[in-house]
Amino acid sequence: MTDLQFLTWVRGPGLNIAIGIFLLGVLWRLIEIYTLGRRKDLAAPRHAAGASGFHTVFRRSLPLPGMLKRSPVSYIGGYIFHAGLAIIVFLGAPHILLIKNLVGLSWPALPSQFIGLAAVVTMAAMVVVLADRINKPVKRFLSTFEDWFTWAVTFLPVLTGWMATQHLLLPYTQMLALHILSAEILLVVLPFSKLLHGFTLFGSRWYNGKVNAHKGVPV
Amino acid sequence: MSASLEKGIHALREVIDAPIASYFSSCVHCGLCAEACLFYTETGDPKYTPIHKLEPLRRVYEQEYTLLGRLKKRVGLSKAVTDAELDEWQELVYDSCTLCGRCSLVCPVGNDLVYMVRKLREGMAVSGHVPDGIRNATKRTVETGGPMGLKWPAVAHVLKHAEEVTGLKIPVDQAGADYLVLLSSMEIVNYPEYIEAIARIFHKAGISYTLASDAYEATNAGIQIGNSDLAKVIVSRIVDAAEKLKVKKVLSPECGHAYMAIRWEGPNLVGRPFGFEVVHVLELLDELRQKGVLKMKDKLKDPLILHDPCQIVRRGGVLQAPEPLIRQVAENYIPTADKQKLNWCCGGGGGASAIHTEAAEALRAKAFKIKKRQIEEAGVDTMVTFCANCRITIEEGFDHYEMNTKLLGLTELLAEHLEPVDANSASALP
Repeated sequence: MTDLQFLTWVRGPGLNIAIGIFLLGVLWRLIEIYTLGRRKDLAAPRHAAGASGFHTVFRRSLPLPGMLKRSPVSYIGGYIFHAGLAIIVFLGAPHILLIKNLVGLSWPALPSQFIGLAAVVTMAAMVVVLADRINKPVKRFLSTFEDWFTWAVTFLPVLTGWMATQHLLLPYTQMLALHILSAEILLVVLPFSKLLHGFTLFGSRWYNGKVNAHKGVPV
Repeated sequence: MSASLEKGIHALREVIDAPIASYFSSCVHCGLCAEACLFYTETGDPKYTPIHKLEPLRRVYEQEYTLLGRLKKRVGLSKAVTDAELDEWQELVYDSCTLCGRCSLVCPVGNDLVYMVRKLREGMAVSGHVPDGIRNATKRTVETGGPMGLKWPAVAHVLKHAEEVTGLKIPVDQAGADYLVLLSSMEIVNYPEYIEAIARIFHKAGISYTLASDAYEATNAGIQIGNSDLAKVIVSRIVDAAEKLKVKKVLSPECGHAYMAIRWEGPNLVGRPFGFEVVHVLELLDELRQKGVLKMKDKLKDPLILHDPCQIVRRGGVLQAPEPLIRQVAENYIPTADKQKLNWCCGGGGGASAIHTEAAEALRAKAFKIKKRQIEEAGVDTMVTFCANCRITIEEGFDHYEMNTKLLGLTELLAEHLEPVDANSASALP
């Protein structure tokens, strides 16, 4: 298989397979989770301002007083790399083009130099977060193969994408093909790993907010 | 697999619902829940990380309710939950978790961890992996009426004494009263002043109340152990008595778990909404304060801090009443940085204070360092709280660290400083 054939495959059948597994996988997991339902709370509710599932979906994005000091890397590193990933995926010109080809929607992109900078900052933040996972006893203790694996699966598309645009290490065609392949691996892994939190965290926050709002506690 | 383990795993399968599935699917192993748990912050041992305490429940979820987990189980790639493992987890689920719920407040993906620990306890209880201390307390509650094995004659004796001290009649089994007053054994035995305080305050407010000779105990060890069947038996006593006496409201004592049991878990245990309202004593007191009935003759001058019991405040939703009440009676109340729903647990809730093994007691003493720090940072010699179980745990902590801090109950403190009672009214003793 030549470089071009490889690129053609990952851009065509490979992408279709990955997107198919991603969409069906996420749908399956969400059905698997949310059709379990929950029992109605029969206790008389107490109403309080600011207490609801909806409030918690947003409020939980901010640390509780005192928590930032206890685990600054988790919060600051976490904010940076999540924001970085979102900027790269949704505001990078080639990605917007891909989305346009897939669903027909498009919007203005950020300049490629800015996306390049975002990629460097995102990778730096991810390395710091990884170092924290290795150094912090609690994180190291909790970590399983899945944690290291999902870190790598998230990191590689950023690294290969950045290297492709900077023309580093490998010819552009090869690096681009690797970049697309790594993104496809990410899409396939996401529904069946902790990366699904990108979808379920809304449900989790909502349930937590709702259950506690019943008691009049804004959480 | 032993029969009891099979029952335990079956119980775990039964408690798993959409929230639990969502929570486990969202966890990214960030470990922030550890930073909210006093058993981790005071020991530095990662095994006390709240999400780790849930590992057996997580595996049952994965193996029974996810496609990939079921596949892995089929081809023998998953690790089954064993008796030995649950035995090891007993310390994590009971000794080092007070169901304080602080972890549920910090999880960035929104996991309600305490909700899950409570459910895991169902499986632990059924499979027999429960500390003897809690098991015995539950047995005594079912057999005698209270976790301390107290029977009605002993309670009646305490009531009689309270009548003598206050000069007020304490009504028993009086149908049609506004309130059915519940107590906790801890109060009856260790803090009978609470009963005197209640008699004075009700008299002053002119509200009718009664105690029930067949339902005086409000605590529910069935909930602490995690056995819903027993919890239902215990809570039904109160429901039956309240309905028989046709009271409008049931008054929960200060005790945190009692409030949780009757106010929030009660209707779900009996399977229907209550026909009466459940009110925490502080809610009633704050209502009386707002009406101007709760007037003080003087105020306490000592600088003091407040310990907000988890089950009443963070988990129970009585958020607004405590502070105005303490300000009503104390001139120098100093709010702590982590107050109200952010407060740190005393270390003895969720049944933990009933576990008397050497290891559990040593762990509780370590966890208490956080309360000690709060007191020292505020530079006070007095702490006020409103939960009998917190009081016992805190007193033990004071003893352990040889502290000279004074601990006061809020309701009693209010009663002590209440304007004098008019002894010529209807409820005065003849």
